[in-house]
Amino acid sequence: MPVILNAKGLNKSFGAVTAANEVNAAIEQDSVVGLIGTNGAGKTTFINMITGYTKPDRGTIEYDGHDITRLQPRDIMRLGISRSFQVPQLYGSLGVFDNMMIGLGIVLANAGLGGFFSRGSAPVPGYGKPAEEVAEHLLGRFGLLEYRNRNAQVLPGGARKLLDIALTMVARPRILLLDEPTSGVSSQEKFGIMQMVLDAVRAEGTTVLFVEHDMEVVSRFAQRVLAFYDGRIIVDAPPQQALADPEVQRYVAGKRDPVERTHA
Amino acid sequence: MTRDRTLVVLPLLLLAILTAGWFLPQWAMFIVTIAFANGLVALGLMLLLRAGLVSFGQALYFCLGAYTAGALGRFFGLSDVVVYMLAGGAVAAAVAFVLGFLLARYRGIFFGLLSLALSMILYGLLVKSETLGSTDGFNILPSTLLGKRPAPDLVRYSVMTAAAVIAFAAAALVHRYLQTPTGRLAPAIKDNEIRVEYMGASAQRAVHVKYVIAAALAGLGGALAATTVGHIDPNMSYWTTSGEFIFIAILAGTRSVLAPFAGALLYGAIHTTAFDLSPNTWQMSLGISLLLLIVFLPEGIWSLFSRARNT
Repeated sequence: MPVILNAKGLNKSFGAVTAANEVNAAIEQDSVVGLIGTNGAGKTTFINMITGYTKPDRGTIEYDGHDITRLQPRDIMRLGISRSFQVPQLYGSLGVFDNMMIGLGIVLANAGLGGFFSRGSAPVPGYGKPAEEVAEHLLGRFGLLEYRNRNAQVLPGGARKLLDIALTMVARPRILLLDEPTSGVSSQEKFGIMQMVLDAVRAEGTTVLFVEHDMEVVSRFAQRVLAFYDGRIIVDAPPQQALADPEVQRYVAGKRDPVERTHA
Repeated sequence: MTRDRTLVVLPLLLLAILTAGWFLPQWAMFIVTIAFANGLVALGLMLLLRAGLVSFGQALYFCLGAYTAGALGRFFGLSDVVVYMLAGGAVAAAVAFVLGFLLARYRGIFFGLLSLALSMILYGLLVKSETLGSTDGFNILPSTLLGKRPAPDLVRYSVMTAAAVIAFAAAALVHRYLQTPTGRLAPAIKDNEIRVEYMGASAQRAVHVKYVIAAALAGLGGALAATTVGHIDPNMSYWTTSGEFIFIAILAGTRSVLAPFAGALLYGAIHTTAFDLSPNTWQMSLGISLLLLIVFLPEGIWSLFSRARNT
């Protein structure tokens, strides 16, 4: 599969803390990649750099032939990279359906549709259906139809997570970055939610990168694992091989007493 | 979901007002016309409030609209109420477009106080400007309508007609705007700007657009107030004037484009009655009214209509 996203030599420091240290990663189209590592290892910084929230001090990020290193989050999103958040970012005062309609409205506006002089319901780019139908379709995919008219602020934790991810799908992104999609969700729900998310997202042909702490989730759903430690990618391999790696066992899974790692 | 009848109600209401005008006394027509002027400013404030922004300086654009009308009369001999309003709205929008690059970056109390500061700068400039009458201001030429001078007893009716047509046209345009994706973005900006940005929209740009529209509406209102009252002075830019507009906007609520006009009319009625009953303590009466409103109708008088419809 061709490489769709290519991070080269990314470096980022916050004062004395190095959050990214020569991070290189080439992500292939249609893959599902798990990002693992302890808190502060650099996973979220990696996602933040790809989505434009944080600019790297050095290095470049190429997406489908574009250099997106210095672009604003909204411009990166318009090119086809969406993200979800560890803490769901919803429009709390609005209903679930209205949350979707706001997102779809933005997609229409960015395509120059649905403006002041337009009439009727314009088809949403990527879906070819009016916004209302796309909203229903996506809510159905994510199992949220029962909450259709419920206020986003009062949804249960799992549904909030799902709505956060459903919102990222309105623009039918080519790459989706999920920041801890199962955090705050009960262990019984984790596999179900992850399965539903991946089914819904993969049905639209989207490449997925997800941050996860639960190694069982990673081994079941990821095709490839990037293990972060101290701002570096220490292992880049298929899940079975990555999770068996002694360094991952020591620094990520915490199977042995952590020993200060010396970088060559 | 209730059916939206705003675009049906607007022309009917216009017809009702123009018919009622034949029977209203002059003083009542004055109050209605001023309510249209204040309602236009409050309509703009409503757009900003929906996005969670409170402007304490809308008097800046109200005053700019008024002084644009005044300057057109004083320096060019123009007196047409329609020309006044359109020019007032255009000048206010142009100034807001420039200032919007600064204002649209701020939220919350910073947006409010910065807007207040800008209106007080205009106040300071006008007070020092002898060409524009300094603290006394100056009188506006008697109104004409579409190039004709109405008979003396028809002046108020003519101005009210022009005001009603322009105000309701503005309300219809704002209503349409609120149905566009950018217009619908307001509550999303209020709720979660991070999500707005990560969905591919610029919250700053959306706020800038709303700020310019709000200013244009305030400019229209200012020019209308100028020609209705017949006199302008720097107090039109003073912060207490901005406070009155916020009063009206809160009184009205943000649920319909008709609400600001109903709010402005009610404000005019409370103001006139309070002043009539107790000239020395009318501000206290206004204060008590606002207090009662916030306690019992926090979403404004328009929520009464929604409640009635839902029961």
